Amino acid sequence: MDLRKEKTSILLAGAVIGIIASLLVFFGNPANMGFCIACFLRDTAGALGLHSAAAVQYIRPEIIGLVLGSFLLALGKKELSARGGSAPLTRFVLGVFVMIGCLMFLGCPFRMILRLAGGDLNALFGLAGFVCGILAGVFFLKRGYTLKRTYRLPVLEGRLFACIQVVLLVLLVAAPSLLRFTQSGGGPGAKHAAILISLAAGLIVGALAQRTRLCMVGGIRDLVLFRETKLILGFVAILVSALACNLILNAATPDTYFHLSLAGQPVAHTDGLWNFLGMLLAGFGCVLLGGCPLRQLVLSGEGNTDSAMTVIGLMAGAAFAHNFGLASSGEGPTANGKIAVILGIAVVCAIACLNTFRKKDA
Amino acid sequence: MKTLDARGLSCPEPVVLLRNAMAAGEQAYQILVDNPASRENVTRYAEHQGYHVTCTEQDGEYTLSIVK
Repeated sequence: MDLRKEKTSILLAGAVIGIIASLLVFFGNPANMGFCIACFLRDTAGALGLHSAAAVQYIRPEIIGLVLGSFLLALGKKELSARGGSAPLTRFVLGVFVMIGCLMFLGCPFRMILRLAGGDLNALFGLAGFVCGILAGVFFLKRGYTLKRTYRLPVLEGRLFACIQVVLLVLLVAAPSLLRFTQSGGGPGAKHAAILISLAAGLIVGALAQRTRLCMVGGIRDLVLFRETKLILGFVAILVSALACNLILNAATPDTYFHLSLAGQPVAHTDGLWNFLGMLLAGFGCVLLGGCPLRQLVLSGEGNTDSAMTVIGLMAGAAFAHNFGLASSGEGPTANGKIAVILGIAVVCAIACLNTFRKKDA
Repeated sequence: MKTLDARGLSCPEPVVLLRNAMAAGEQAYQILVDNPASRENVTRYAEHQGYHVTCTEQDGEYTLSIVK
């Protein structure tokens, strides 16, 4: 595919994804949260009883759809490939701390864009931190940071993660009594679009992200590292189309989809420093992982078990965040959360250093 | 011609390898990658730097020949 065609397709994909994200709020998802990989993995962890924060428990079909959409398209394009073995436990730990950073900010990089598109100016502090985190990661990439190679694995290994998503879908539809759900009016977990709509949205976005290699962290990383603009076009297209769709919905419906302010934003707090540091941790960790949480879901659908391990790390991080009081709320960050983010930045720095400057040990 | 083995490396390490090799000033490279995303990324970067890229595939692995 030539470059112009690649750029056109990622612009179109980003535009469609932005519209879908905005419409998911119209269909029932929490405000400025049409998609949030961090929040949705956290809700799913809650529904499975991995944490007991009653306000955020629901198996999000968007996540299931993202993995299966990527899986099905990769299968069709013969790009499905079972791979793994590139420092899986390091990736798990990075996943844990990326989630802790995201839950300090209250959103993954994808939701950061959607918060901006909803007029939430706190996300600008998050964006600044995200860029700084990416610059830190690029510093190590330039000097040879690597988690070493992946290797081919048995075919089943590459398909298990997609199978697990099917099991989650069956549980949600056929055996909801086994799961935990936020009571109506009890918090963001109770706000969701109908299962079929959420699943379809996930499938479409998963397929588009697989096709275009869309990655929130890759956009800024490639621009800094290679002066390459392809991936950041997707980032910008999502922002512009979600913003346009929010403004239309704002005018056409009685509900609020766009509200330009710092205070009073949905599922957000106004502590600029910790919004900055939370996303710095997330951006830094994501560069070391090779992609944002959305990209990790897409890669896990394609058969990359290191990415599947990262997603499991993200879910474990969400469970820790709620079990130990690390996650922020609308009131602001917690003391435990601040300690965890500082610790996370130190751990991610150590992982970066040890995999950049001590490679002869391997 | 300098040969680079980027098989199994995470994004964007294959491109970083090529970028660092180009900084050393070779005129032609052969780079091995094992997934379509890396093939696209390496091709895009090399073409952007004014190189000509040809690709051969065998058993899911790609050999990219990159020349001025």
